[in-house]
Amino acid sequence: MAAADYSRWDPVFGKLGWDIFPLNEPVVVATFVGVAVGGTALLAALTYFRLWGYLWKEWFTSIDHKKIGIMYMVLAIVMLVRGFADALLMRIQQAWTASGGAGYLDAHHYDQIFTAHGMIMIFFVAMPFVTGLMNFVMPLQIGARDVAFPFLNNFSFWLTTSGAVLVMISLFVGEFATTGWLAYPPLSGIEFSPSVGVDYYIWALQIAGIGTTLSGINLVVTIVKVRAPGMTYMRMPVFCWTTLCTNILIVATFPILTATLALLTLDRYAGTHFFTNDLGGSPMMYVNLIWIWGHPEVYILTLPIFGVFSEVVPTFTGKRLFGYTSMVYATAVITILSYIVWLHHFFTMGAGADVNSFFGITTMVISIPTGAKIFNWLFTLYKGRIRFEVPMMWTIGFMLTFVIGGMTGVLLAVPPADFVLHNSLFLVAHFHNVIIGGVVFGIFAAMTYWFPKAFGFRLAPFWGKVSFWCWLIGFYLAFMPLYVLGLMGVTRRLSQFEDTIYAGYFFVALIGALFIAAGIGAFLLQIFVSIRDREALKDTTGDPWNGRTLEWSTSSPPPYYNFAFTPRVHQIDAWWHMKAEGFKRPLENFEPIHMPKYTSTGVILSGILTVMGFALVWHIWWLAAVTFIITIAYSIDHTFNYDRDYYVQPDEVAEIEGNRTKLLAAEGAAQ
Amino acid sequence: MTASAHSNHEDGHHGEGHGSFKSYMIGFVLSVVLTVIPFYLVMGDILGNAIWTVAIVFALGATQMIVHIYYFLHVTSQAEEGWLAMSIGFTVLLVVIVMTGSIWVMFNLQENMMPGHEQIEQIRSLP
Repeated sequence: MAAADYSRWDPVFGKLGWDIFPLNEPVVVATFVGVAVGGTALLAALTYFRLWGYLWKEWFTSIDHKKIGIMYMVLAIVMLVRGFADALLMRIQQAWTASGGAGYLDAHHYDQIFTAHGMIMIFFVAMPFVTGLMNFVMPLQIGARDVAFPFLNNFSFWLTTSGAVLVMISLFVGEFATTGWLAYPPLSGIEFSPSVGVDYYIWALQIAGIGTTLSGINLVVTIVKVRAPGMTYMRMPVFCWTTLCTNILIVATFPILTATLALLTLDRYAGTHFFTNDLGGSPMMYVNLIWIWGHPEVYILTLPIFGVFSEVVPTFTGKRLFGYTSMVYATAVITILSYIVWLHHFFTMGAGADVNSFFGITTMVISIPTGAKIFNWLFTLYKGRIRFEVPMMWTIGFMLTFVIGGMTGVLLAVPPADFVLHNSLFLVAHFHNVIIGGVVFGIFAAMTYWFPKAFGFRLAPFWGKVSFWCWLIGFYLAFMPLYVLGLMGVTRRLSQFEDTIYAGYFFVALIGALFIAAGIGAFLLQIFVSIRDREALKDTTGDPWNGRTLEWSTSSPPPYYNFAFTPRVHQIDAWWHMKAEGFKRPLENFEPIHMPKYTSTGVILSGILTVMGFALVWHIWWLAAVTFIITIAYSIDHTFNYDRDYYVQPDEVAEIEGNRTKLLAAEGAAQ
Repeated sequence: MTASAHSNHEDGHHGEGHGSFKSYMIGFVLSVVLTVIPFYLVMGDILGNAIWTVAIVFALGATQMIVHIYYFLHVTSQAEEGWLAMSIGFTVLLVVIVMTGSIWVMFNLQENMMPGHEQIEQIRSLP
């Protein structure tokens, strides 16, 4: 079957046609069969168990920050499986072709896979993971009942999902970009990428990007406006500080991404010449702009993770965090510095020595506050009573691994060295080292740490440990060979090799990827086993780890209003302080609680926007226009919905709190 | 919205008006003056020196922005407990970084990487 014809256009169907389905790719067809069977089974099961109403009423339309946080995590886990499948395909292909074989992926398909892998892992795995985490944890830590704009939160989540859906559609309908995850022009321009791949990329990112920006605004306002009384900035847990800085970064940088992609869209759709080679365009400007967003993005992912470790380490050592103030200042300094290093992503593009050395030095300077953080965690561990629970194991794994990634980063920051290592597998190994060793390990630590808070039972530790060791060993096996290969001069994104001397390294990397697959499998098994054994793993106290911050003062899972009475904060580590002072739960005199109402507007609007994105990708102009008008009309209509809030009556609060009192008493009697 | 009823910040809004007649008039008059001077300088060609004229126009434009932010947007060091001023400062910092950085970087790249027409012709006519 010949490749699809993307030059045709029909007023009704746009560029759609029967040849757009990638039936000539056996891997894709097999995946489609698997997805179709699995998806049908899932839908049938949901219908059989009558879960649609429950999901719609309790989850999809929910504007409870805890449920939205959990939905973000579920989205990220689903997309992690997709992104990792791409990674495994690439490792198999490279091991195969490096040992002299022909491989099983043609270059065009391989290019789509590495593009999808990078884009999905950053935008639809790492971003939902950290956003979900911030959404779930931060309002609880500052003693709030919800975020500042609860509906906006739901809308942001569904916009992110909408982007993810568009990327997934591209797997079976048409094709995805072949440009690499940042879609540099002129390759991503209409001349060299005439298919719909880059359009899928653009619209998925534009829709998800709006969601991320709105969520950023929401969380900043939440921290500024709805902290519990007494919680001054310097009494906030470090995770809240990193959340604040992260969301400031999001608000300040995502508009740059949106604007840059909008210019690229104009180049592709309207024939402008912002980033083309001719008629005054400059592709270098795109690279410059996209990295002004792209480098802060790295810190958007890692700062919340630094916050996670700053919560995990004190809890499991039983000491307060060493150097709280320096931690806060280090975070703030990283926030600012992350803006003045972007050129290190394109040292080799041809700027002069003075420009390159300026950005090389600022890049090296950023390792100072990061190093300060590592020392703070080390000094917190020093002479502490360390409990090696699963989150602590991820933390130690992170500290060892991340330091290696940081040091190779400083190496890459030296412009002359970068001229040798640029675009090589050394670079690939470096950023996987910081993203996996930093962000992913941190996410797993966080999920294990806060899981009992979210669901009321702990994750089974055995499978967590299996998952940890598989990930740790798998990471080193998969990426240490890439460092060596990079130093030997192997460039990234290769699907074929002339020479077989690299075979051993690529084979070890494949073994590593299989270990990571086992790690993901063990994690999914861990969730399954924990749900099965949930009675044995139950947490009735609400404080299973002997925690220090306010989220542990309420029940597990927290009631939908979070706190019956808004806590009053007198010190840093508020809950630790309350426990030390012999805090008694108030049992009566409850007051009405003002709460927001659930709404389906977010789901519906995002659904319509997904259709609009699809229509724009395929140039179906009438459908794009119709869905756009509906979106605007529906949004305006929603602003006239004044029935948005209600009061939880004191007797309902009393009943929920009374149940908890009984549980706690039963727990006390059992001991 | 939700828990803000208990927030300790709600006291911060008392006593902060959104400007008086007097402050609006001061802002208005300053804006007019700052607009008229550049027009006068350019249309009358008073200085006879393009560089100085441009420099003064830019300086007055920057002052104009500060006047608007102060008198019309009510960004003072006390408003919203200093958050407004701080976020404006942060925004200005970022815009300055992005713009000066991009101009510096792109100028450098342009000079090093984009050969002029005559250079291309020279290379074409090489023996």
